[in-house]
Parts: sequence; C-alpha cells; structure tokens
Amino acid sequence: MIGNVLKSKLFGITIPLIAIGFGFLAGAVIMLLSGHNPITGYVALFQGVFGEIYYFGETLQRMTPLIFSGLAVAFALRTGLLNIGVEGQLIVGWFASVFVGIVVEAPMIIHLPLAMAAGAIAGALWGFVPGLLKAKFEVHEVIVTIMMNYIALHIVNHFIRNNLLASGQRTDFINSSASLSSEYLAALTDFSRLHWGFLIAIISCVIMWFILWKTTKGFELRAVGFNKNASSYAGMNVNFNIILSMSVSGAFAGVGGAMLGLGTYQYANILPAFTSYGFDGIAVALLGGSTSIGIFLAAFLFGGLKEGANNMQAAAGVAPELVEIIIALIIFFVASSYLVRWIYTKLQFKKEGK
Amino acid sequence: MFTLEYVIEMNNIRKEFPGIVANDNITLQVKQGEIHALLGENGAGKSTLMNVLFGLYQPEKGEIRVRGEKVAITDPNVATECGIGMVHQHFMLIEKFTVTENIILGKEPKKGTTINLRKAEKDVAEISERYGLKVDPRSKIEDISVGMQQRVEILKTLYRGANILIFDEPTAALTPQEIKELIQIMKNLIKEGKSIILITHKLKEIMQVCDRCTVIRRGEGIGTVNVSEMTESTLAEMMVGREISFEVEKKEAKPTNPVLTIKDLIVEDIRRVNVVNKLNLEVKAGEILGVAGVDGNGQTELIEAITGLRSLKSGTISVSGQDISGYKPRRVTESGVGHIPQDRHKHGLVLDFTVGENILLQTYYQKPYTSKGILNYTKMYDKSRGLIEEYDVRTPNEKTFARALSGGNQQKAIIAREIDRSPELLIAAQPTRGLDVGAIEFIHRKLVEEREKGRAVLLVSLELDEVLNLSDRIAVIYNGEIVDILDTKDTDEKELGLLMAGGKRDVGDVQ
Repeated sequence: MIGNVLKSKLFGITIPLIAIGFGFLAGAVIMLLSGHNPITGYVALFQGVFGEIYYFGETLQRMTPLIFSGLAVAFALRTGLLNIGVEGQLIVGWFASVFVGIVVEAPMIIHLPLAMAAGAIAGALWGFVPGLLKAKFEVHEVIVTIMMNYIALHIVNHFIRNNLLASGQRTDFINSSASLSSEYLAALTDFSRLHWGFLIAIISCVIMWFILWKTTKGFELRAVGFNKNASSYAGMNVNFNIILSMSVSGAFAGVGGAMLGLGTYQYANILPAFTSYGFDGIAVALLGGSTSIGIFLAAFLFGGLKEGANNMQAAAGVAPELVEIIIALIIFFVASSYLVRWIYTKLQFKKEGK
Repeated sequence: MFTLEYVIEMNNIRKEFPGIVANDNITLQVKQGEIHALLGENGAGKSTLMNVLFGLYQPEKGEIRVRGEKVAITDPNVATECGIGMVHQHFMLIEKFTVTENIILGKEPKKGTTINLRKAEKDVAEISERYGLKVDPRSKIEDISVGMQQRVEILKTLYRGANILIFDEPTAALTPQEIKELIQIMKNLIKEGKSIILITHKLKEIMQVCDRCTVIRRGEGIGTVNVSEMTESTLAEMMVGREISFEVEKKEAKPTNPVLTIKDLIVEDIRRVNVVNKLNLEVKAGEILGVAGVDGNGQTELIEAITGLRSLKSGTISVSGQDISGYKPRRVTESGVGHIPQDRHKHGLVLDFTVGENILLQTYYQKPYTSKGILNYTKMYDKSRGLIEEYDVRTPNEKTFARALSGGNQQKAIIAREIDRSPELLIAAQPTRGLDVGAIEFIHRKLVEEREKGRAVLLVSLELDEVLNLSDRIAVIYNGEIVDILDTKDTDEKELGLLMAGGKRDVGDVQ
C-alpha cells in the first residue's frame, strides 16, 4: 500500500503525458482515415506554433485567459468544489473591466488596476452566490454555477445591446489608460496581440500556489477540500471556507475575462454563445493536476493546439476541428486515468514476469 | 482416509498484491464439526485469506481442498456451491426488505414468474426452528435489533446450504447478552454438523468457544494450536510476537474538583428525536469516567454536543466552571478540551495531508506556526517531528501522507496532537477501535498517564472490557440517559450488560 502511495506522485506526471500521447495518436489515426498524412499535419501544427515568432506570440496570447480559467477551476477543486461557472464569471469579468475601461477617466496607474479589479470583483460576486447557496442551503454548486452562466451571458448581452453599443455588435474601445496592450511585446512578436496580461497570468499562477501552500487560509481551504468533517472537528469554519473558495475562484475567472477585454480585444461584444474559455478551464485544470505549473503547461498546450490549427489547415489542409478532437481525447484519457493505471500495472507485471 | 478429517484445507496459500505479500505460505485446516479461530492483528492478512477461500481473490500459490477434494474457487458462486457461507462483519442486508425477502434474495422460490413468498416463509421458519435462530420472517430489517440482523445473515448462508460458515468479527456490534446468545447459536450449529471459522482478534471469545486456533502474523502463518492448551496471554504472544500485558497498571484514583459538568442536556438528531435526554454527568480531575452502552444510545451525540459539533436543544455544559454550551468547536478546544474522535478517518485526520500537518491540525493557526497569515512549515514540521518521536508514531517521516500509516499509528498521531495541548478534559471516544494489542496497550497507558497528571478523562467505548479496565467510575448510557453510575470495583460485566440493555439494577439478577 505504501508503494502505491509513493507511485501516485510519479503518476501525477505520467498520466497526463500518456494521455497527451494517446490524444495525438488518435488524432493521427483520424487524419489517416480522412486521407491526410499525419506527419505533414503535425509538422504544420508544430510550425503553426513555433514556426514564426508571430504565431508564438499569438499562442501566448491565447493561453493567457486559459491560465486564468484553469486557475479558477483548480482553486475551487482544491476546496472540494466543482466550479462549472467559470464561463459566466469570466463573461461578467470581461464586461465589468471593459465598462470601467470605457466610462472612467484616470491616469493609467489608477485606471488599469481599477479596471482589472472591477473584473475580479464581478467574477468574485458570480462565484460568491453559488458558494453562499452551497454553504447555507446545501444547493449543489454544479447546478447553480451552470445556471449562473446563462444569467451572465444574457445580462451582459442585454447591457451591451441597450447601454453600450457603439458599432455593430460591440462596445466602444476602452480608453488607452486601461489597456494591457504593449507595443514592446507586440513588436517583439512581429505585431501579435500579445499583451501584458501574459505576465499577470504568470504572477497569478504564483499567487495561487502561494495562497494554497503557504498561507494559513490555504491550509484550511485544502483541509476542507479533502475532509469537511475533520476540518470542522478541528475548528475550521467550513461554510466560510466554501464561500471564500468560490469567490476567489470567481475572481481568478473574472480577471481572465479582463484579459480579453483589456488585452486581446479592447472591447466587449454581444456574445452569440458561450466563449468556451471557461469550459476549457476545466480541461486545463484537469490536465494540469490542479497545480500552478501544471496549469501553465496545459494552457500552453491547448493554446498552442488552437493557434497551430490555423496553419495546419492552411499548410496541410487538415480541418482545424481536429485539434478540438485531440483536446477532447486528451481529457478523456486523463479522466479515465484508472484505465491508464490499469494498463500501466499490467505492463509492469509483464516486465517483472520476464 | 486421513485427509477426510478436514472439511477445509487451505495449504500453503500465497497471495500477493502489487508491492506486498498479503498471505505467505499460510496453511489453515478446519476439522469437521469444530469452531476454528483465525487470529491475527489488523492487517495480518485474515481477510485476504478468507477472501481467497470465498473466491474473491485468486491465490498465486497453494491449493484449496474441500472435503479432501481439490477445488478451484474462482468466484463466490463456486464457494457457495462448495457449501461455504460468509457472515459478514458489516451486514449485507436491505433495510426496507423483510427478513424473508433478504434471506431468499438471489435464490427465490418461484411460482411461475412470481416469487412464491408463502413457500419462502415456510422454508425460513423451518430453518430458523432447526438451528434455534429465532426471527420473525415478516419484520423489516430496519425494525429489528443488530443481534437479530446478524441472525438473518446466518440464516442467509444456511438457506444457501452452507456447511462451513465463516464469521467475520461477529461480536463487534453486539451487547454482552447478544454475544452470549451468538455463542449458543454457534454451538447449536456445530451440533447440527456444521463447521465454523471464526475471524477475530478477541482472545476471550476464542478461549470461550473455539476448539483450535490458527494464528497469522504479518501475512505469515505462525501455526495452529489447540485452544485448551493455551491461555489468553500465550495466544496474544503468538499473535503479536512479544509479551503483552493486559492489565492496565494504575494507582488508586484521587479525584478532586469537577472539570466537566453536564446538566439536563437535551440533544436532537436530524429527525428531531431527543437522542440525548436530560442527561446529567460530572467528570472530576484525576479520574477516568467510562461511559458504557450499546452503540446508538446517544454516545455520539453526547460527544458532539460537548465538542461543539452539534447544537444543544437545552441544558448546560461547563468545563472548569466555564459555561461552554453552544460554543463552536474551536472555542471548545481553546477552553481546554481535547477530543480523540471515534472515527479517525472521518473526523480525526485529513488522510491526504501529511502526518505533520495532521499533528498540527488543532494549532496550525497559532503562534509560532502562523504569523501574519503565513504558515511556517519549518516550525510545524519541527514540532511534529518531536511528537512523532515522543508518541512512537511509526512513519517514514513527518511528510508522509497520513493515509499511508497503519490504523494504530494514525491513532497515535491523533493522541499526540490532543494530549500535547494538555487539555483539562480529554474525551476519548472508542480510542482503540480496530487496533491491535500493541497499540491498545500504548493508548491505554497514555490515558492513564493523563489521569495521573490530574486531568479529567471521559472515555466512551463500546468495548466493555476497555471500560472496565480503564475507568474509575462507569456511567451506563441507555436511550440517551445515564441510567446508573457505578464504581468500577463494585460492578462486573454481567451487571453492566443488563443495565446497557435497559434493565434496572435492582431487578437485574432475577431476570
């Protein structure tokens, strides 16, 4: 039994790697079946990420909100909560940051933090509600967060449509004093949309690690996540920790939305459907094992796949939807880690047998 | 033929799991018509061996013979066909079904496409008559006592034609009277030509009913002995591999001022039933007060009310004169209460935390472990390392996950945490449940030490022996009330057993 526990640490890295391998393998089979050469396809995909500095910059830009949504999901997960509402929290964060970015006039040193804080607070509020309902009335957070997603989508669309519409389907651009865009980073990457948010995302990874593993509150949050009974026995306020965890999770998601509003797009628009950043966050957190470093790497992988898909279509004629299938399969294999574990043990036994 | 002497032979069984050998070269031979004990500490491999016999595991080496014939028991159905039946420790019964329905489940007598319930009831009545297992075939499981439910489990195996019955720790949840009845039932079964394997770590029961005993230790077969040639201490020595003292050495108690005072306490459960009903209790400094009672008579709720995990309906609880009624768990803890919870996995530990983190689970927020909201892990692990040594917690190091420790060492970690805070009142709920003799010895010594230091100890246990061994006074709880408080030296198991079952002291011996 002790051996198994020791092994599980190693499994923490091997399972995602095996899952990624299987995902790409299955992607290759699909390419073969649809009459494409998988090698050409994957080379094009790879070049679509690393081939030009512009692509690389765009990849980093794409992964920025994914890091935040991944952090949001992981933070709640550490407290034993499944936050499916990252999508909605991200949407309200996006809108709130853009709103502050447009209506407030202030020097950048005040305006930019204020706009980001608006995003964080909006997201936190959207996480607070399901947290409160869970703590007070034991309403399951999955149900509430799913519903909160729809509320977020339609309320934000309503406000944009009726109060902030500038041209077509979008709001005005934000004031430059609230913008995260960076001429320096853009110039460095052949004028991609890479912005300062990427650095903020890295800092946020460190912040989550610090909160969970270095602070007293993080100790409590993790204790509650593993064992609510033992936590309340040890005098921790379980309900408060649940609400806090959902709020912080929502704040991470909200800042993720601000990355889109203040960084990539500089505006908010009427959303015809969900952005899917929030749902991808579940995949990122799962693949990253809910660790900061894992989330960063997983976000890079998924961001890269999505960016590289463009070149894969242009250079090898492979439909970009293929990467969605690969992502789905990677998640499938991570989720069915039991199966992978089983195969792994069988293989180990065979080796020992010989 | 020589081999026909045995109904079951498990010869040189070896069963491995990845990383460990659970059974290594164990031989168990059961004679026709005997009660054969299988003795071993927790984790010694008793359950594994029985699961091999019952077809749940396949052994890597060794053979199984039933009545001299070699068989491959590939799944439980084969075991049933061989006449092997298992009476599980945790009953496998459907609460909402009647006794009859539970017994026939999976082997229902049919009439066309429907169940022939009348025939089933007749069959069940017939079997229960024959073996002296009185049950009402039409009661629902949820309405009958634990002892009755166990009879239903036994009837289930008999209905399926079992000749060899495996009893897995059958006395764990029973009152002394029910245990006596169970022993009679086992003797009846032997008389009717059945053979029994009794899995247990209770030496007293082995001495009482068993003919022979096979001992296993850390997965290895130590040997088979005739019980009549053994004593409790020689059996214990075989099981543990060293000498064990059963008697807890302690001086005369010198109780002083009251520490815990409970007045007219009423506690409700979820159904708004008073599970603790106008309870009064006092525990003095320098004494161990044992609460004896059958499981489910309000013990859990009483402890939860004292420790702040459950709200009170009325009444007061005070510790050293300070009224703590309605305090939250942390304030109760800070008022000088230590609590060894009855379920160490549910309440006592965060299994996915390290041993060190668990040892600091009550104090992590205090100085020097926390300053300005930041945890000082170096200080935490320094502290826990000291306690691990002092309390002899066997763990590779303080950063090992609590999950990886054996039950005894997990419990030692909890005890280290609770006692180190030197609480004025120490509540120990089932402190040795499921532990082996070595760990029990250690924990008992620690509790007595606390008493000697002048602390008040409230011991709640379902093991009557433990209560009798440790306590200076014994309070018997029945239906949420303390029905009597006795001096340990003036009472015995028989009297306590009657009180626990709701009998009154003055009419006790007549019944």
